[in-house]
Amino acid sequence: MNPVGEPNLLAIIGFFLFIAVSLGITYAAARRTRSTEQFYAAGRSITGFQNGLALAGDYMSAASFLGIAGLVALSGFDGLIYSIGFLVGWPVVMFLIAEPLRNLGKYTFADVVAFRLRQGPVRVAAAIGSLAVVAFYLIAQMVGAGNLIRLLFGMNYELAVTIVGVVMLAYVLFGGMIATTWVQIVKAVLLLVGAMMLALMALAKFNFNPLALFQAASDKYGVAVLGPGRLVSDPLDAMSLGLALMLGTAGLPHILMRFYTVPDAKTARTSVTYATAFIGFFYLLTFILGFGAMVLVGQDAIRSIDAGGNMAAPLLAEALGGQAFLGFICAVAFATILAVVAGLTLAGAAALSHDLWANVFRHGVAREGEELRVARLSTVLLGILAIVLGIAFKGQNVAYMVGLAFAIAASANFPALLLSVFWRRFTTRAAQMSMLAGTLASLGLIYLSPTIQVDMLKHASAPFPLRNPGLVSIPLSFVVGYLVAILWPEAEAHARFVEVEHRVHIGVDHSPDRVS
Amino acid sequence: MSELDDLRALDAARWRIAIALTAAMMVLYFGFVLLIAFDKPLLTTIVMPGLSLGILLGALVIVAAWVLIWIYVRWANRHYDAAVAAIRRSR
Repeated sequence: MNPVGEPNLLAIIGFFLFIAVSLGITYAAARRTRSTEQFYAAGRSITGFQNGLALAGDYMSAASFLGIAGLVALSGFDGLIYSIGFLVGWPVVMFLIAEPLRNLGKYTFADVVAFRLRQGPVRVAAAIGSLAVVAFYLIAQMVGAGNLIRLLFGMNYELAVTIVGVVMLAYVLFGGMIATTWVQIVKAVLLLVGAMMLALMALAKFNFNPLALFQAASDKYGVAVLGPGRLVSDPLDAMSLGLALMLGTAGLPHILMRFYTVPDAKTARTSVTYATAFIGFFYLLTFILGFGAMVLVGQDAIRSIDAGGNMAAPLLAEALGGQAFLGFICAVAFATILAVVAGLTLAGAAALSHDLWANVFRHGVAREGEELRVARLSTVLLGILAIVLGIAFKGQNVAYMVGLAFAIAASANFPALLLSVFWRRFTTRAAQMSMLAGTLASLGLIYLSPTIQVDMLKHASAPFPLRNPGLVSIPLSFVVGYLVAILWPEAEAHARFVEVEHRVHIGVDHSPDRVS
Repeated sequence: MSELDDLRALDAARWRIAIALTAAMMVLYFGFVLLIAFDKPLLTTIVMPGLSLGILLGALVIVAAWVLIWIYVRWANRHYDAAVAAIRRSR
């Protein structure tokens, strides 16, 4: 009776339609992608509204749409903790990061950290941190994609992961940031429209009163679903996850990179305003979608399809709108993953070619065409890596992996980025040590956590009790940055802070290429 | 006042606002997380039929994020942009 797991013709048509449209965009974009500035930053031609949608597109990954709806459907209120945590990172990006980043940098966040420091050591450390974040985020998206396609199109997992990798490569490689941005915009609109239609159809059963829906959930599964329960049993783990979610957004390389696609700092500000409005609206919809699936589909039916609950939203679509609507929602979910993978790959390629190749190996004098060639080569390597990781990490929990990527971003990138803009006495060595300490501590603590030691390696206990390392690794990265800067001052970095103070506010509107 | 003094004053004002708003967001969000961590029964309290205190506060944290961003954008559009433009002109 239930068609999930068997090929759905409408879903396949919707999926190929999206691929055709995005390849069309790529073709149009490819003719305009001749320089590194176009490849990484879409020629700085994106408007605030467009960039707001693209940021929302990058951020509302499949983990949000499928994962959170599933968590809410199966455990009620506890799933909402993720919705809220993912949103509160945006005010932090707005107040502390967006405008200084746009005014000080060129293509990557390392441009900002390295602005008044010595380029080489800072960029090597920043590239290591960025690649660690990109790798963990990619694993989550590829695993999600593989499972989704297997469940929805009846396709084999490895083949599904390979297809995602190849299609994504096509549009990053030829269309660069212009194509990636437009794919994000199309996808963000589809996702917002799809989620809103789904929520409205669910609410129609309850006289458009969300409280009647929550009441029905409470009547069916007990009042406990409306309050916190077992998902956050350990207080320290809850705080650690909360800290990582809040500060991680401001350290995600693929999100930070989007601020370079707009012409100036004011437009960067406008884009965060739109992005936060769209993302907040979307996460409020997840309240409705999750509880809607809980009541209208039922927890047992959701669990019988996927134990993690990841198919709650598609099942709700089927219950409310039949095969056609299921097909539409599946195509949207798939488009979501494809677009996020493209954004991540582009950020990884920028770390390799702009930070490592052009600025470290070539000392900032790489010829324009050469950096672009290295960027495209890096894209291919990262695409292959994404496919391999996706296959190797088959069966991992998607939302949890994204939480880890946020923890690494908050520990490795965010402290150095903030201190470099904010603190006159920050030094090259301090930036380098803070980024390395944050990366190594978060990766090391993840390895020592119960998830790896108990769940995967089947040991009796784990040396580190928390599942998310943020509570330890984020403060550690700040402390290391502070102590190293105090103990080994750097006169030149101190003196050149006056340039930072000037550029942070005044910017350089007409000669953006003076940076590196 | 010299251009540098203007810039320093603007810099100080920008960071004061940024830190105050960031602190407000952190206090609100971590207040919510600490309630989840340490007082689960309180959040399960039913405020009105179908609405628990937890869901109400959660939705309010999202609304608070919007309001804080609105406060910042209003300040930046009215005061910050004008001050930056004045410094640019004076050069």
